[in-house]
Amino acid sequence: MIRQATMVEARINGLPVKAPEGTSILDAARRAGVRIPTLCKHPDLLPTAACGLCIVKIAGDRKMPRACATALQNGMDITTHDGELTRIRRTILELILSTHPNACLTCGRSGNCELQTLVGEFGVRNDRLEKHIRDVPSDHSNGSIIIDFAKCINCARCVQVCQEVQNVWALSILHRGIQMRMAPAGDISLADSPCIKCGQCAAHCPTGAIVEHDEIAAVWEALGDPDTFCSVQIAPSVRVALGEEFGFPPGTNLTRQIYATMRRLGFKAVFDTNFSADLTIMEEASEFVERFAHGRGSLPLITSCCPAWTDYMEKNHQDLINNFSTAKSPQQMLGVVAKTYFSEKMGIDPSKHFQVSIMPCTAKKYELERTDEMFASGYQDVDITLTTRELARMIKQSGLVFSEMPEEDADSVLGEYTGAGTIFGTTGGVMEAALRTGYYFVTGENLPQDGIEIMPVRGLEGVKEAEIDIQGAKVRVAVAHGMANVDKVLDRVRAARERGEEPPYHFIEVMACPGGCIGGGGQPYGISNEVRRKRMEGLYQDDKDRALRCSHENPSIKQIYKDFLGEPLSEKAERLLHTRYKPRKTYRR
Amino acid sequence: MKTKSADAELGSLLDWVEGMRKRVREIAREWEGREGNLIMILHAIQNEFGYVPRGVANELAREMGISMARIYEVITFYHYFRLTPPGSHTVQVCMGTACYLKGAEKLHGELERQLKLMEASGVRKGEFHVENVRCIGCCGMAPAVVMDGDTHGRLCPDAVKDILKRKRGK
Ligand code: SF4
Ligand code: SF4
Ligand code: SF4
Ligand code: FES
Ligand code: FES
Repeated sequence: MIRQATMVEARINGLPVKAPEGTSILDAARRAGVRIPTLCKHPDLLPTAACGLCIVKIAGDRKMPRACATALQNGMDITTHDGELTRIRRTILELILSTHPNACLTCGRSGNCELQTLVGEFGVRNDRLEKHIRDVPSDHSNGSIIIDFAKCINCARCVQVCQEVQNVWALSILHRGIQMRMAPAGDISLADSPCIKCGQCAAHCPTGAIVEHDEIAAVWEALGDPDTFCSVQIAPSVRVALGEEFGFPPGTNLTRQIYATMRRLGFKAVFDTNFSADLTIMEEASEFVERFAHGRGSLPLITSCCPAWTDYMEKNHQDLINNFSTAKSPQQMLGVVAKTYFSEKMGIDPSKHFQVSIMPCTAKKYELERTDEMFASGYQDVDITLTTRELARMIKQSGLVFSEMPEEDADSVLGEYTGAGTIFGTTGGVMEAALRTGYYFVTGENLPQDGIEIMPVRGLEGVKEAEIDIQGAKVRVAVAHGMANVDKVLDRVRAARERGEEPPYHFIEVMACPGGCIGGGGQPYGISNEVRRKRMEGLYQDDKDRALRCSHENPSIKQIYKDFLGEPLSEKAERLLHTRYKPRKTYRR
Repeated sequence: MKTKSADAELGSLLDWVEGMRKRVREIAREWEGREGNLIMILHAIQNEFGYVPRGVANELAREMGISMARIYEVITFYHYFRLTPPGSHTVQVCMGTACYLKGAEKLHGELERQLKLMEASGVRKGEFHVENVRCIGCCGMAPAVVMDGDTHGRLCPDAVKDILKRKRGK
């Protein structure tokens, strides 16, 4: 039974409010229909009380406490808005602006910047204070995200995400007082830092100080070249998030509208990463069966479709390299079969084939050239990755009215997918998909209809565990998302290994971003657990709605093995669909 | 001959690194498990090396299983810790837009030239540490140079020699 939380009662702007003990004044007010302005507080993060915008008045208290960091208490009589508070808040904004460039017109965040919005709302119309803008070059060193230090307001959201949630510690707050500033670990470039390019800092930054590396122009250029054959793939989690940029509620599944949009943008072939997610499962589940049932290779097997995670592992968990699945990520699998199988079949010169991927993720940009195996077709398998946010901008540039797009199908063979492919986009989804097919590989039968949804691996819990019975053999699995959670799971594995015991798990799924790709660093802004849940539901609904829900049932998957690849783990499959890992330095300086 | 001395130099460098590693380990062990030990360890390191070199910080991060971010957050939070060798002077030449336009590059060139001359006349190499920095917020005084924390504004190249001399005289 859930313990009944003690409730506290207070008044906010004269109206009675009730909230569970420990609720911040900020949240209590929000529930009472009042939005207190914030800049440093993010719903995912603990309050740092850095900006001071959320100050309120409490009767009998001469100080003005910060609503984000003050708990509601019995009998408080709180004023959240009046003329004086508005004046103070405006002054705070003016102070921030005195060190902030007036660069909105050319800023990557214009239109959805939290600072810009507040400055607009508070009617700051001139620079009353003398301006001191830091004249520091931006950090363009890592190809996935760009830091523009001049636009940083020192809220420390990115630092908290990078240190506490991701346990990467690429970012830090240096110095104090007026000299305080955010900088990569000890004033080095991002490329020299432990950064894994997950983009969570960009997703949590309130301003344009950290944004994705925008590559839309290169895609337009390829589309405009008559000699180039442009194809595109859309990742699982993009379909349930893109709509947010066009006014749809989070979780709305717009797969078929996205296909139509892609054709109108000029792509000659529209593929779905869900297809290659099914392909990844064929290879990865086979690998698992090899290791689990036939004892060939180390256990636990650890999933590797998240490039931020593989980068993290290569830097921080080098002793587990042999435990990694060598199966490439769905993005890379699609790229290579598009430039080999599809190109051959359609008589397209692969050197003229330009493959774009639409991903929820900034690390996917890094994955494109991660190792030589990313060029298995003889060319760069995927040429450019655009994040969901970039695609939204590109659609706006194109003049297409997204909400009026018809529903179309993807192109055959590399476009057909099962329910297993679509749930790849959420934490727990890869595990669930792999178990559905692993079960079939071992038993020759599908999981019973009522067992196909593996509930214990679903949801937002940081570490999820389950035990699945495959013909009497117990498979112990763990699912972790958010790097800090992953470390806990790996520590257990290591401890067992040191004691010479059997591993605590046989199979581990890891996704770097909290919630998995639906919460990726390249997804539309405004992330919170509420949004994550809705996007997840969108994917699980897509799974439910599919006639086929296991990767091995996908007729196009059967066809590509029959026509081209032979069977999972065949020599050809190994050459095209698998990769290697190697230790990398955590700090290059 | 040349390679031999290069080898010897490399050898003594490796010895230094080995010795440094050993000392870092010893210092870290000494304070292991004690509350607030990072600050104490950094104190000990600064006492030993005179400042906190990046290589030593790196070694310490590995030894203690903590991040460089944490170490640099602590070092820069307390004014006590130094990131450059003591006994040396830091000269920061502002290369912000205003200073650049007012001839910061010439200033920098003159600085380097004067230092070379000083070295030739026996001043220890490394006594002056010159770096280019971005706008230091004194654009009204451009071109500006910060010498050990003191800002010198509206500097013409001819004045460079003087302030270097004054610094040495102190
Ligand atoms: S970060 Fe926001 S306020 Fe600053 S320039 Fe960009 S859009 Fe404008
Ligand atoms: S991309 Fe991820 S790892 Fe890199 S700085 Fe941002 S939060 Fe840290
Ligand atoms: S980069 Fe963004 S999130 Fe990080 S401290 Fe600056 S304003 Fe805040
Ligand atoms: S939101 Fe509360 S202090 Fe910034
Ligand atoms: S440009 Fe040198 S102080 Fe501003």
